[in-house]
Amino acid sequence: AAPVQVQLVVPMAVVFCPGSVPGDLPRPLPFRDVQEMEISVNLRTSVTSRYEMRYRSTTGQEEAALAAATAREADAALHLLQDTTLGSLTMYVVPETSSLLPQGINVYVGKHRSALVRAARSLAALQARLREVTQVMSFTASSIAAALSDRVPDGQLSPDARRNLKSSLGYEITFSLLNPDPKSHTVDWDIEGAVNRYVKPVLDKLSLVANFSVDSQILYYAVLGVTPRYDKESSSFLLSAHSLPHVINPVEARLGSSAASLYPVLNFLLYVPERSHSPLYIQDKDGAPVSTNAFHSPRWGGIMVYNVEAPASPQASLPLHVDVDMARVMEVFLAQLRLLFGLSREEVPPEFLLEGPGNEGLADWELDHLLWAHTVENIATVSTTLTSLAQLLDKIGNIVIKDDVASEVYRAVASVQSAVSKLSLGHLHAAFQASKEAVTSSERAFFDPSLLHLLYFPDDQKFAIYIPLFLPMAVPILLSLAKIVRETRLRKKEPTKMD
Amino acid sequence: VCTSRFWFNYRHVANTLSVYRSVKRLGIPDSHIVLMLADDMACNPRNPKPATVFSHKNMELNVYGDDVEVDYRSYEVTVENFLRVLTGRIPPSTPRSKRLLSDDRSNILIYMTGHGGNGFLKFQDSEEITNVELADAFEQMWQKRRYNELLFIIDTCQGASMYERFYSPNIMALASSQVGEDSLSHQPDLGIGVHLMDRYTFYVLEFLEEIHPASQTNMNDLFQVCPKSLCVSTPGHRTDLFQRDPQKVLITDFFGSVRKVEITTETLSLDRDVAGFKSQFPEEELATEPLKYAEQLPVAQIIHQKPKQKDWHPPGGFILGLWALIIMVFFKTYGIKHMKHVF
Repeated sequence: AAPVQVQLVVPMAVVFCPGSVPGDLPRPLPFRDVQEMEISVNLRTSVTSRYEMRYRSTTGQEEAALAAATAREADAALHLLQDTTLGSLTMYVVPETSSLLPQGINVYVGKHRSALVRAARSLAALQARLREVTQVMSFTASSIAAALSDRVPDGQLSPDARRNLKSSLGYEITFSLLNPDPKSHTVDWDIEGAVNRYVKPVLDKLSLVANFSVDSQILYYAVLGVTPRYDKESSSFLLSAHSLPHVINPVEARLGSSAASLYPVLNFLLYVPERSHSPLYIQDKDGAPVSTNAFHSPRWGGIMVYNVEAPASPQASLPLHVDVDMARVMEVFLAQLRLLFGLSREEVPPEFLLEGPGNEGLADWELDHLLWAHTVENIATVSTTLTSLAQLLDKIGNIVIKDDVASEVYRAVASVQSAVSKLSLGHLHAAFQASKEAVTSSERAFFDPSLLHLLYFPDDQKFAIYIPLFLPMAVPILLSLAKIVRETRLRKKEPTKMD
Repeated sequence: VCTSRFWFNYRHVANTLSVYRSVKRLGIPDSHIVLMLADDMACNPRNPKPATVFSHKNMELNVYGDDVEVDYRSYEVTVENFLRVLTGRIPPSTPRSKRLLSDDRSNILIYMTGHGGNGFLKFQDSEEITNVELADAFEQMWQKRRYNELLFIIDTCQGASMYERFYSPNIMALASSQVGEDSLSHQPDLGIGVHLMDRYTFYVLEFLEEIHPASQTNMNDLFQVCPKSLCVSTPGHRTDLFQRDPQKVLITDFFGSVRKVEITTETLSLDRDVAGFKSQFPEEELATEPLKYAEQLPVAQIIHQKPKQKDWHPPGGFILGLWALIIMVFFKTYGIKHMKHVF
């Protein structure tokens, strides 16, 4: 793999409220400081992170905002006052006794790009806390290593490091309703309304990362590949955790996908079980029913089981009309979408309080998370692609490079250099756009149909083809050449003989 | 991939279709299978049972059926298309079903059958693919991380020569015969008049019949299939490029599709009272005229097109030099006065 040296620069502002300044500051406020850390992935790939911190005290407006009653209100008020460029972080240090943060909570991470941090006695302790915050809000060594997963030697990678979706220029999202028993249930789902109300805000926020296209379908008589077990105690049907992997394949054959686009497809399936298998619950590994009644598969999508209440009277006429509660369904699907992209909040230290992202689906700093990972992944992909293209051309000398392939290569090189330099300046958005252009150009150059080499001639085939052609032709020529040489030699000798 | 055509190569088509069926039975959907067949068996005028391809005598199993999805058929099965599918260098107008859309976590199974020789495999009686080209194509796939692990099975004469030149990591290969040996066919069917299957594939299929999606059989058992007593040829395999121990590799890793699954434990809390949504980035409406069907192709232009003038190139250096040599030798040998016979 090609060597990659990338420096990720995070511009940060640490703002001290009155009464929160630690006693052992090296210089009076405001001052700047830089912290560097090396994340080395393998011998030839190294990523250094550089946190450029600007320590200052609060302005009057910020103090007024921080006088709010709750952390959420303070965050909303501060959002208007802070630097909102992608990739930057602002941390407000509040006094230890402040009531903004509840008891036992030392850090409050808001929906945007700021956090409220409880002050610490010494600068070192405060910096340790700030480092934890930056790990949560920008990137960690493991998230960068996961983005560069194809360079990490196999043994060192954690098993779930390759489960996030690969960075791509676009994704196709398909919502499918599976109704295996239309005789018993007529299912109505207002998917268009749900997409407009709940899904579009999330995709709009993610539109910086990639293009999304959404479609939906209803499939009848589509069954799960696994027969659920009947459990007498709960009088319900159960799908055990180890049978879940076999559920997806029989369904996938019927799902279909858009013929024209080549973007990865994310499938979200809503399964309404048959009357004879209702209610159906998914069991986790310990045998407890799962509260969301849903599961997902990395890089594929998710499935949710929607149980329909049994009719009140046994003589109710079939089919039952079912109106799907789209909000509940979308809560699960959007959560699965977040998990598929790798935005999980599980590894957060206990004294952190994270604000929920609400209808936008993801906080601004989570968007930054994605952008950091995707930018690094794009840069690594481009360098691998261009290097292997160069190696291919070295090995097979007679491939012809067309002009447009050459111009794509030049464009890719220029874009990736621009991306690396923008990263080292801290401009995350520009760096991400440049890395996307670089990936587009390099893929176009590498996968150009004209680069196919069918020109392998083994040496014995060369002999077999050319000798029967040229040998008979060469015989009279060689004989005549020999005759000429002999005559010239004789003529040269004659004058001396005559004398 | 079935690389043969014509009626007497019935067994190669039956081989390929039988493997296709097993793979589908074990869970891989059509969207993940690229099937290349000459597809001239079922409707061949010489087929006594039209619309069928049988894999076992006594016509027990019709492997053609009505849900076979052939992606490359007839004359589309060429070396060029095969290499294009593998390396991904496909013209942009190719539909999804004809592409290999794999990524760095895909395990790929490649099964090829047909007529082969020492170091090459014959495609449809008109061209060949050499083992070096195949190895280079796999290396291209590895460079672009188009596979996680690759299993290559080949059932042709001297099949082991095709995997000799592989050098990319994570490839395991199986062949039906060693260099210098021929792979033999299994049984002729007197009703249809041709041999129905090859021996190696027949025994591989018997082995696969016992695999179900949850089975734990590993690769070492597959290597034991078809010993010399049954197959006459000696099957070979190559695992030095593979990083995992074949004992730990499940058959279903390649022949079936078992996905990694996680239980969803989180939900996103949504505010339900949300009115319609206005996007931050409103799309611009482009006013387009409705297109008429007749205007799709510039027919008038095409009909009245003059044939393209081919550019004239002066003869190249080699040809010129050769002719100069011939003429010079001729006149030196026979003297200049013979020029008047020429002009």
